[in-house]
Amino acid sequence: MAIHERLSGNEAIALCLKQINPDVMCAFPITPSTEIPQYFSNYVSDGLVDTEFVAVESEHSAMSGCIGAEAAGARCVTATSSCGLALMWEMLYVAASMRLPITLACVNRALSGPININNDHSDSMGARDSGWIQIYAENNQEAYDHMCCAMRIGENPEVMLPVMICQDGFITSHAIENIELLEDDVVKKYVGEYKPEQYLLKHENPVAAGPYDIQPYYMEHKYQQAVAMKQSYDVIRKVFKEFGEISGRSYDLIEEYRMEDAETAIVIIGSSAGTAKAAIDEMRSEGRKAGLVKIRVFRPFPAEDIAKALSGCKAVAVMDKADSFNAQTGPVYAETCAALFGKENAPKMINYIYGLGGRDVSTGTIKEVFAALDEIVTTGVTGETYRHIGVRGL
Amino acid sequence: MAYNFKEAMEKPDRLASGHRLCAGCGAPIAIRGVLRALEPGDKAVIANATGCVEVSTFTYPYTAFMDSYIHSAFECAAATLSGVEAAYRSMKRQGKIADNYKFIAFGGDGGTYDIGFQSLSGAMERGHDLVYVCYDNEAYMNTGIQRASSTPKFADVTTAPAGKVIPGKQQRKKNLTEIIAAHNVAYVGQSTFIGNFSDLYEKSHKAIYTEGPAFLNIMAPCPRGWRYATEDMMKITKLAVDTCVWPLYEVEDGKWKLNYRPKKKLPVEEFLRLQGRFAHMFKPGNEWMIEETQAEVDRNWERLLAKCE
Repeated sequence: MAIHERLSGNEAIALCLKQINPDVMCAFPITPSTEIPQYFSNYVSDGLVDTEFVAVESEHSAMSGCIGAEAAGARCVTATSSCGLALMWEMLYVAASMRLPITLACVNRALSGPININNDHSDSMGARDSGWIQIYAENNQEAYDHMCCAMRIGENPEVMLPVMICQDGFITSHAIENIELLEDDVVKKYVGEYKPEQYLLKHENPVAAGPYDIQPYYMEHKYQQAVAMKQSYDVIRKVFKEFGEISGRSYDLIEEYRMEDAETAIVIIGSSAGTAKAAIDEMRSEGRKAGLVKIRVFRPFPAEDIAKALSGCKAVAVMDKADSFNAQTGPVYAETCAALFGKENAPKMINYIYGLGGRDVSTGTIKEVFAALDEIVTTGVTGETYRHIGVRGL
Repeated sequence: MAYNFKEAMEKPDRLASGHRLCAGCGAPIAIRGVLRALEPGDKAVIANATGCVEVSTFTYPYTAFMDSYIHSAFECAAATLSGVEAAYRSMKRQGKIADNYKFIAFGGDGGTYDIGFQSLSGAMERGHDLVYVCYDNEAYMNTGIQRASSTPKFADVTTAPAGKVIPGKQQRKKNLTEIIAAHNVAYVGQSTFIGNFSDLYEKSHKAIYTEGPAFLNIMAPCPRGWRYATEDMMKITKLAVDTCVWPLYEVEDGKWKLNYRPKKKLPVEEFLRLQGRFAHMFKPGNEWMIEETQAEVDRNWERLLAKCE
């Protein structure tokens, strides 16, 4: 029987981790993810989990500790945000290349500078090429559900990659919403035991991890990583489907919202999808054929799914909550365009950088974007593709 | 347990021969010396900071280490091993593993005194049951003899060269052994290669078998960086001890103990003279550098003696 609760996104993640009962957690406080290790420490202190909690002295050490623990044969988790993720940067790549399925709860927050504690996606977008699977939540329910799926994905022998479960700082991490939880034993059974093939503490044989890997081998190892990421598409789909069977909530790499006959659409990640859905409902009631593609899984990038979903559209705006500072595009736009490149009848595409550092995103913001798309459809002129919205004076 | 040189040396090596470290390098001697103190039945996980040892002992697909081994990056051997040790504690408690393990990290001075300093301090403070071993060769040797905080004053290194105006490194060596002792950890020892290696063996044994965090700082010369004849390595480490440049001492439960007092404290020139990195100090007109170094060594020695009383 599902449990009905009211929880913040951080509480939901902490509670899910309690149900999973990982062997080790290494974490360091940073707003807005701090609450996750904080709530979890209570479970540790109250003897409700078997987890060894390592209160490290930095995020760099948090990820290093996770690497050590996971390589030792333990299931290890961490949580961070913003500059904390940036400080982990070097080690994120090491974790992925060592094929350690660590789970990281990322509570998205703007990167410094200037320092800002509010939400955008610059932190995890910056880590997009680190070799981690990235799954983004629209709301607290999805944050919880994605965390339930993380280890089954990452630890799958076809994958063996670390997984980042992302949610929007404050917007979902601190806002309390109704949520449907699974029973502890259901989660435990679903997630299962971590049984790596090789690990440092294996009784049968010692193992060496993290070699100096020179020209004759490095490229083969990086290729294997690329193959694992490709293989993760099907594994993620399968895990989401199985999760649907135990929870009644089924997910896919992307979510299409009112796309069946959409002429204009936006592509978006995270909590703003909820705002966009409300705006689209209003526009639909006015007879406008507006739709939305929400990217749930950004790594691996669901290029085919996105191309298919957008194939019937005339104009599409890709929303980026992070800038690439390449003077051309944000990261999601660049990859979405690549997904559509060469496709017949591809829609006209524009990019919006939005919501940086917690800049408010309202239904009005979304409607402005659709108004611009309508103009492109009417005039046939795309104009400037690299646009910013919500900037004072623009 | 009395130290027996023959028995110790007859133990199977846990760092195999065939690694790619230079002839006359102190690092593998330090590592073998430490690992020799492991009881035969005990398993170990070795963590290693990036550096000469890492690239020379574990070039894919070959490893020279007989025990489980992990390298992650330059600055985080201590944090990485913290994670391994935490995993061990957790899995042991849950009955997922049965073996007894010891945890030993090796890092050069760059990865320990400098870039890995925070990670080391954190691991020591958190109380993990592990040993961190610094093989101190007093510069960034793997990248080509650059200045570190462990480099002694006046040493000629590639980023603080002895030039026409500035005669080598201008700052004193950081005293890391004392800094770690100030963490009030279970055991801290400073050692090097001298005599029959009993000092290194006994300190390693204590470090490994004292519960809680332990730190060993081992002077491990580098023939390329220090510029000495490879066969002179143990002459140099002996002189480091006999000149009191590198005293042998330990701090156990907050109690400081001097392990070796030279019968005759030798002048510092004897240690400096065998090394090309100090050659400029012997040029006419540079006598003040040797005098200053001697004064510094004397001061540090007196301070240490006061602590050990």
